[in-house]
Parts: sequence; structure tokens; C-alpha cells
Amino acid sequence: MFTPAPLLALSSSTIGVSISLGLVGLGMVWMLIRSLRARDVDRRIVFLFIFISVSAPILFPITFSETPTPVVKKLFDKVESLPADSKVLISFDFDPAMAPEVQPMADAFTRHCMAKNHKVIFMSLWATGQSLLNQTMRAVLVTEFPEKRDGIDYVELGYKAGNEGVLNVIVSNFRKMFPTDVNSIPLDSIEIFDKIKSCRDLDLIISIGGGKPGIKEWVLFVGDPTKTPIGAGVAAVVAPQLYPYYPKQLLGLLGGVKGAAEYESELVRHYPQFEEVDKPGLRMMGPQTFAHVVILAFIVLGNISFFVSRRRASR
Amino acid sequence: MKRSSIIIMLVVLAMFVISWLAKASSMAGVEDHNIWHGFLITFSAFLTLAILSFLYKDNPFYKFAEHLFVGVSAAYWMSMGFWTTIVGNLIPRISNSLSAFFEVPPIADEWALLLLPDSVTFFIPVILGIMLLLRLSRNMGWISAWPLAFIVGSTAGFNLVRYLRSDFIEQVSSTFVPLLVDWQGTGHFFSHLNLNASGQFVTMAGNWVIFLGVMCGLIYFFFSKEHKGIFGFGSRVGIWILMVTFGASFGYTVMGRISLLVGRLTFLFGDWLGLIS
Amino acid sequence: MKRQVALLITLFIGTLLVVSVFIPPMESLKETFTLFFDIIAVFAFFLGGGNLLRVHLTKLSKRKQDWVYSIVTLVGFTVVLVIGLFKLGNPGGIAASPTAEGSLFQTLFDNVLVPLSSTMYALLAFFVASASYRAFRAKNREATILLIAAFIILLGRTPFGMMLTSWVPNSLSILQIPNLAIWIMNSANLAGQRAIMIGIGLGVVSMSIRIILGIERTYLGEEK
Repeated sequence: MFTPAPLLALSSSTIGVSISLGLVGLGMVWMLIRSLRARDVDRRIVFLFIFISVSAPILFPITFSETPTPVVKKLFDKVESLPADSKVLISFDFDPAMAPEVQPMADAFTRHCMAKNHKVIFMSLWATGQSLLNQTMRAVLVTEFPEKRDGIDYVELGYKAGNEGVLNVIVSNFRKMFPTDVNSIPLDSIEIFDKIKSCRDLDLIISIGGGKPGIKEWVLFVGDPTKTPIGAGVAAVVAPQLYPYYPKQLLGLLGGVKGAAEYESELVRHYPQFEEVDKPGLRMMGPQTFAHVVILAFIVLGNISFFVSRRRASR
Repeated sequence: MKRSSIIIMLVVLAMFVISWLAKASSMAGVEDHNIWHGFLITFSAFLTLAILSFLYKDNPFYKFAEHLFVGVSAAYWMSMGFWTTIVGNLIPRISNSLSAFFEVPPIADEWALLLLPDSVTFFIPVILGIMLLLRLSRNMGWISAWPLAFIVGSTAGFNLVRYLRSDFIEQVSSTFVPLLVDWQGTGHFFSHLNLNASGQFVTMAGNWVIFLGVMCGLIYFFFSKEHKGIFGFGSRVGIWILMVTFGASFGYTVMGRISLLVGRLTFLFGDWLGLIS
Repeated sequence: MKRQVALLITLFIGTLLVVSVFIPPMESLKETFTLFFDIIAVFAFFLGGGNLLRVHLTKLSKRKQDWVYSIVTLVGFTVVLVIGLFKLGNPGGIAASPTAEGSLFQTLFDNVLVPLSSTMYALLAFFVASASYRAFRAKNREATILLIAAFIILLGRTPFGMMLTSWVPNSLSILQIPNLAIWIMNSANLAGQRAIMIGIGLGVVSMSIRIILGIERTYLGEEK
């Protein structure tokens, strides 16, 4: 059973947040009065409320603790249970538009795999994924694991064009699609690939993304034919569509920033040395929470306005 | 150009320069090439604000940013496609001299296709690719139908078996969930009845919803029979299940969009204005 | 004749890729033809770039509305293309990755493409909020169900939902909003998504068969 963790961490900047949200609250009261009078509100006022409700918790950080839901825990436990030197492939299948949600997941997965001494193969089905991988390299590998060696502990294969065509080849023959790594070093001379011929020889595949090609293509073209375990870290927009694959075809699923925050929390629980590391997923849950509350208030106010005008029209 | 427009542009330019200088001076001593890095961060912030200005109304700054995005994005994907796939997969197979020029190791011939080596057969996609480019020509555009047929046929061939296996057979198989879970008799069931999230009743209810929900959802999409009587009731339940699905999708969509905004504002407040660490 | 050849190509390649799933010795053939597909995909990128050039050059030459911005598109396109194709400013030289750390190409990506792309989508947050206020109405039973589900998910995915219902006892823990949200995702949402997925899956299969057999020909354009 999922047991929600109690609210644990409140920073001292709640005064700043409270003032800002007080302003938003007053604005909501004004909107309520207008709604009861069945009067419209300029959408730019709505935009302003969203801006304040998101900005305040960024400027005056407020953080919450997280407990992983079962769908996240299963993926975490899989990475945790794999023995050292396991071959894990992480595919960066996203563009900058999704990056704020899924880059924290990519960092967390990379951190976890490096801490467990797994051999990580990085690749991408999106051209932009190869550039965004550099951010994870900078933030995690270079900073926190400088002792890890390219070709021995990890390898970067880069991007290939063709969407699901790429998967259709690597499912049976890696070298035909990726004759070299991203720096033109032949795969045959890379230690990690000594015993890897195809995706069948991998212990875990993690796809991070949210568009096409993405996790669906990984399940259809690699997961189901080879029965290699597949995990996903996806943008929130796409997450509900992947639930039919869970748990038979998809091992676990991180959906949106909440999923990233849960994984980061669990990582710190198991590896306290990562306590001081930047956790963008957890950091973003503060603004996320307040924005959600404001949007719920908008829905309520909008419906009040609707019912009031309907009643007036029927009289 | 109107006078007010010129004034606005000058003001924006002045603010850009001030921000650049302020950013560069704040980075002096901390980073090498602080003037260049200061310019880059200021330019990124300017582009961000130009796009956000659309919230007020459409304006020249937004149009500038939008048109820049289109051009840069197209060129980025072309460059990446060329270096990763043309230089990475095609050239090593067809030409040793070009491989040496691009400093990529040549790939030994495989003989997969009709007793012809790869160095010959891999000219097929080159020819088809050039035919595809002829789509830009008014007179010879018809030739692009052949590579297009190759692409469409390939996609159809990829998808037929995979969708049948993963999105039909596996999904049907996964729908057959146990409708009685941990069953030890009706007496035990009613005596232990509670709404604990991991309890027997809730787990069973979930499985019933999955089984009946999928059936009713499929009934709703079945248009070859009129939705009347029991069939109509099933269709109605299917609509309710789909409404819950769409509500869940909306909730997740809101979450996703807010996250993107948080990311951008974090950049503006943190990297640009330095208001947060 | 032109269309017949195209239909034959579709039939040949489609059938080969389907049959190769069932006959493992054909795997090498499948890989080769898939590589052809991947290489042609890059030519499609060049087609897109070429079309972009044609559209904006036409707009510029004929001084159509907003022609000035076409200059921006063309300059941005040309600069990035030249830097990318010639690996200008790449510390690793011709053999290095085009996105090598410190390369001009990567710098352009980080400081131009990232802010533009992410902010375009970040705009949607505002429009989603506006839509929540203006359009999300409980007009009928179905809309009310949708609204209630969205409410539970929006609350359940944040710590606020946990705070609101943490007092609910263990025997009724499904009524705690986060647990309710998880239950909805794993049951009702799953059922609806699965029904949609099965429907789409069958649609894709039937369309693929129609394309391979040449019954569906709309991708070839109008017959002249």
C-alpha cells in the first residue's frame, strides 16, 4: 500500500510564499465576486495569477518530502537489485520542451546506475537528445563520478535517424546501427560491448521521453520481442497512456515531475551521500503544488460563474 | 515604422545591453570568457521573454523569436542527421576514401542483398534519397512517389506485427485479471470487508473496473450495432470510463505544462537574474 | 506505370518486413532494408530544409506579409547549418561528436534552441489555466465525471492532497486522495486507455494491410 509521507520540510521563506499567495487569494475572492455576478474576467488576469503562484515558491523555496508510489518503486528496486557490472541502456528520447520534466529523471537514473557500478550505454532516438545528454554528463558524471571512464563504465552512442527503424536494427544487431560510438571509436574496441550483440544482451533498458519515438516504440520493437525489462521516465502528458503496458510490458513508470521527485527521494533514502546534491524534481514540487491549487480554484470559480449565469438565463 | 515602435525597440535594446554588462560583471573572476557567457545568458533570457510576450499580444519580438526557432530547429536536425547517419552509417559502407576524409572507420562488406556487397547496395538509399529531394521540383516531383512508397511500406511493415502483438494480443491477455482475489469464502470476505487501499475489496474492485471497463469501452467504439438495451447500457458505462480516463489525462497534462513553466521561470530567476542559488 | 512501381515497392518492402519477423534467417535482410529506411529519413530532413528555404525565399522575393521575418529564419537556418555541417568551432575536430562539449554547435543549442523550444511549450501552462476557468464546465453527467477525476488527480499528485486527507483511518485508506488517485490511474484510467489502445491497434493493423496490398493509395496523391 502506498503510505503518504507527512509534510516534513518547510523552509523559513514561507512568509514570502504566504504573502504572495495571500495576494492570489485576494484576487480569487475578487474573481469569486465577479463570478457570482456572472461577469467575465480578462484572461490576462488569469495569466498573472498563474505567474504569481508559480514564481513565489521558486523565489521563496518550499519543499515537501515524497514517498515513491508502487509504479516508481518497482523501477527503483529493479535498478537497485541488479548486480554491479549489469548492462543498462538509457535512451534520451526528448527535446528541450520536455527537458524540465524529464531531465531530473535522467540525472537520477544516471546517478543511481553509477552508484551501483552498472555499465551504462547512452543513446538517443531524438537529435536533441544527444545534446541534452551533455547536460546530464556535466551535472552527474563529470561532477559526481569523475573516476568513471568512457568506454569502460559508460559509453555514449549518440543519435541515429530513423525513429523505430533504429530499434528494428538494434533489437538484433547493435553494431549494424552503431558501428562506432559518438567519437567514432569502433564498438568492437569498447570494453562494455564485449558481450553485447543486441538488445537481448542488456539487463535493463530505460527510455526517457514523451513523444514519438519513445517508450511505446521501445516496448513494441524491443521489450515485447526480446523480453528485456523496460522502464520509463516520461513527460506527464504521456504517462496515462502508458498504464496499459504496466506491469507486464513495462517494469515501472515515472510520470512527470512528481515521478522524478519520488525517485530522487528514494535515491537519497538509500544513498545519503546524495543529500547535498541538487534535486530539481523535489525543488519543482513546491511551485507545482501551488499552481495545481490555483487551477483547481479556477475550475471551481468558472463553474460558479457558469451555474449563476445559467440560473439567471432560466428565470 | 511607427515612432512608438522605434522607441520600444530602443528601450529593449538598451535593457539588453545593460543586462549583458551586469551579467558579465557578476561573472567576472568566477568564469573565463565572462563577456561571451554574459551575452549568451542575456540572449537566452531575451528569447524567453520574447516568446512570453505573446501572452500580452502578438508582437514583433515574438514573431522574431518564432521565426528564428523554425530556422534554427530545421538546420539543427539536418546537421545531426548528416553527421550521425550519413557519415556514421552510409559513408563507411560505400567509400573508403570518404571514410578516411571524415575520419570514420570503414565498415567491412556484408552480403545481405542478392549476392551484392554493401558497397554497391547502399547506393540504393542514396538514389531513393535523391529522388525524394526531387519533390522540390515542379516537373520532376512525381519521382518522389517511389521513395515515399518505400517509407510508407516500411512503416506499414514495421507496425503490422508489432501493434498486433503489443497493442492487441498482449492488451487482451492483460485484461483477463482475477475477479476474485485471495478468495477464502463469502464469510471471510464480508467479515474482513474494509476500504483499505491494499485490501481484498479494493483490489477486487480495481480488477472488476479493469475487466468491465475495457469491455464497455470497446462496446462504445463498436459502431456496427445500434447502442440499445444491454448494449446501450454497456456503451454508456464505457463513456463514463472514458471520461475518467480523459479527466486523468487532463490532470497529468496540467502537471506537465506547469512543470515547463517552472523550468523556464527557474532559468529567468536563477541563471539570468541571480535571485535564487 | 509510375503508380504501379510505387505500389510494387510498398508491397515488396512491407511484405519483407512482416515476413522477417517470422523467419529469423531473414534478420540480416530486414536490418539492411531498415538501414535504407533510416538513411532515406535523413534525406527527408534535407527535403524539409529545402522546402523551408523555398517558402521563405519566395516570401522574401515577393514581399509578402511579414517578409522581414523570413530573413530571420533564413539567417538562423544558414548560420546553424554552416556551423553544424562544417563543425566550425568544434574542439574535437572532424572525428568528434557534433555536440561535443565546448563546440559552437552545442553552444547554439543550449542558448538558442533550448530557450525557444521550452518557452514555446511553457506558454501552454497559461492557456491551460485560462481553459480551466473558461471552458471546464460541469454541463452534464459526463463532464462532471471528467471534472471529478481531474480534481482527484490534480490534488493527488501533490503533497496538498496528502495533507487534506491524512486523517482518514487505515481501514478507509482508499479515500485518502493520493491512494484514490493511484487507484484511478491503475483501474479506470488503465481500462479506458486500454480500450483506446486496442481500437487504435486494430486500426493500425488494418491500415497497414491496406497499404501493403495497395488498397490504400492516398499517400501517392491524386491519380493524373
